[in-house]
Amino acid sequence: MLGPALALLGVLFVFPVLYACYLGFTNLALVGSRSRDYSFTGLENVGRMLGDYVFIKSSWLTILFVVGSAIVGQTVLGMALAILLRQAHFSIRAIVGSVVIVAWVLPEITVALIWYAFSQAGGTLSILLGHTDTNFLVVAPMLMVSLANLWRNVAFSMLVFSAGLRNLPTEVLEAAEVEGASVWRRYRLVIIPLLKPTIVTNLLLVTILNLSEFTLIYAMTQGGPGIETMTLPLYVYQEAFVFDQLGYGTAISLVLVLIGAVFSVLFVRASRTQV
Amino acid sequence: MSAVAARRMTDKSLIVVPYRRVSISALATNGVLILLGSFFVLPLLWMLFASVDSNPDWAVKLPSLTLANFADVLDRPDAITSFRSSLILAGTTTVLTTVLALLAAYPLSRMHIPFRRSFMLAILFASGLPVSMLVVPVYQMYVYFGWLDSLYTTALFLAASSLPFAIWLMKNFIDAVPLELEHAAAIDGASTLRILRQVVLPLTVPGIAVTAIYTFINAWGAFIIPFVLTYSPENQPGPVEIYNFMGSHGLFKFGDLAVFSLLFSIPVIVLYLVMSRYFSGAFNFGGAVK
Repeated sequence: MLGPALALLGVLFVFPVLYACYLGFTNLALVGSRSRDYSFTGLENVGRMLGDYVFIKSSWLTILFVVGSAIVGQTVLGMALAILLRQAHFSIRAIVGSVVIVAWVLPEITVALIWYAFSQAGGTLSILLGHTDTNFLVVAPMLMVSLANLWRNVAFSMLVFSAGLRNLPTEVLEAAEVEGASVWRRYRLVIIPLLKPTIVTNLLLVTILNLSEFTLIYAMTQGGPGIETMTLPLYVYQEAFVFDQLGYGTAISLVLVLIGAVFSVLFVRASRTQV
Repeated sequence: MSAVAARRMTDKSLIVVPYRRVSISALATNGVLILLGSFFVLPLLWMLFASVDSNPDWAVKLPSLTLANFADVLDRPDAITSFRSSLILAGTTTVLTTVLALLAAYPLSRMHIPFRRSFMLAILFASGLPVSMLVVPVYQMYVYFGWLDSLYTTALFLAASSLPFAIWLMKNFIDAVPLELEHAAAIDGASTLRILRQVVLPLTVPGIAVTAIYTFINAWGAFIIPFVLTYSPENQPGPVEIYNFMGSHGLFKFGDLAVFSLLFSIPVIVLYLVMSRYFSGAFNFGGAVK
């Protein structure tokens, strides 16, 4: 019964992964002579990366995006929403909770469109801030795509933390309350430390999910203006399918996997050493 | 009475009385939530208002009501075609993924398979790999096979990339079905296939529903895979169509764009509501990483 799944995964998952590991070290091109007679070029692509200004900038933007929008933004806002919603009036809890979840369920392209509208000159944000002739996708492109991504994905962290808070042992919380600890002290000294496994899991999942974000950024800016929002997934697409450098594009995608692995190891290690 | 003293009072009163009186902290909590809520509502409102506005622009404003935008979109053959493409793409992906995941998850949950633990870890690892990594090799393979520009072959790759998580999800659901029932059926002489069909399957319906809906929602919104693997206009699913419309200023009116993305979003919102009935508890991840 495992057979059909293994066959599909073997042909269209495992093989492409291995093939990618090979293609990343070749000079394969989409068109021209290199599209047929490509060859193994060893570490040539790595050397090319080190001297590639766009690649360096793109890696930096990717880390900025993941740390700002996902690791800090979604984790902090997600936890804040989970905590506040527990104490809110039930009607506010129902409405705010649903809206946050709707934002998460919407197709990414819809989110890209409504945030594109939101940040245009003459759009809602420009009116709110009193600068109706400012296009915020030109003035602060990275901030806008990070905000849009936070807007869309924070529901995930919110749900993870809501579940985490629900599963806390009630005896400990009651003890802290009876002892007269203030709300702030209860969260800082009791609840947050108890939530640590949830926080680590959340950080791990959120990093992996956001690292490969393509649709939202691409539909809002195509990586522009210039290369101001060209994160690695967009750069992979551009190198491979716009500049026809399939080999180099694949090499960049391997770096993306590597960054994900580094973050994962850091989180798992941090969760083990500290108490 | 100072704010701190007031909060102490209400905190203490929590222990004795079952309800909380209006306090400064409660007001602050609800106030902050209303502010955060409007951050989430504002961008959404644009889509809702612009879809029924006869003269919309990029800003949220009260619409001068009209249904003309809806009539416009429903009259566009390209809009209807992209809905059809999305249905074929997401439907094929969902059926394929769900059936294969169910068939794979049952033995993984119930039988002694060598390296089962490593296999499940590999599955979890695979579901975290970025699609960007697979897109070039898969494109090369599709060129080689002559599979480009078909919704069904595109669905095949979407299914392969959704399968790892679907198997993992489905296995967790089957794990929760009590083994005793199967033993009882086996003692009564039922075959493995019959046990699967008549005992496990009915009890796994919620798990199958969640896996299928989750896969459908993802496939419905998939962008880069059909963007790279298809090129004929009649094979462009909704997301690619919306992207093309966004790039063609003037050719597509604001109102029509809002209507199209609204209509395109409704199916997944409805499906999410159906799924959330089964979904509570799926987010209990605490301690999953050891």
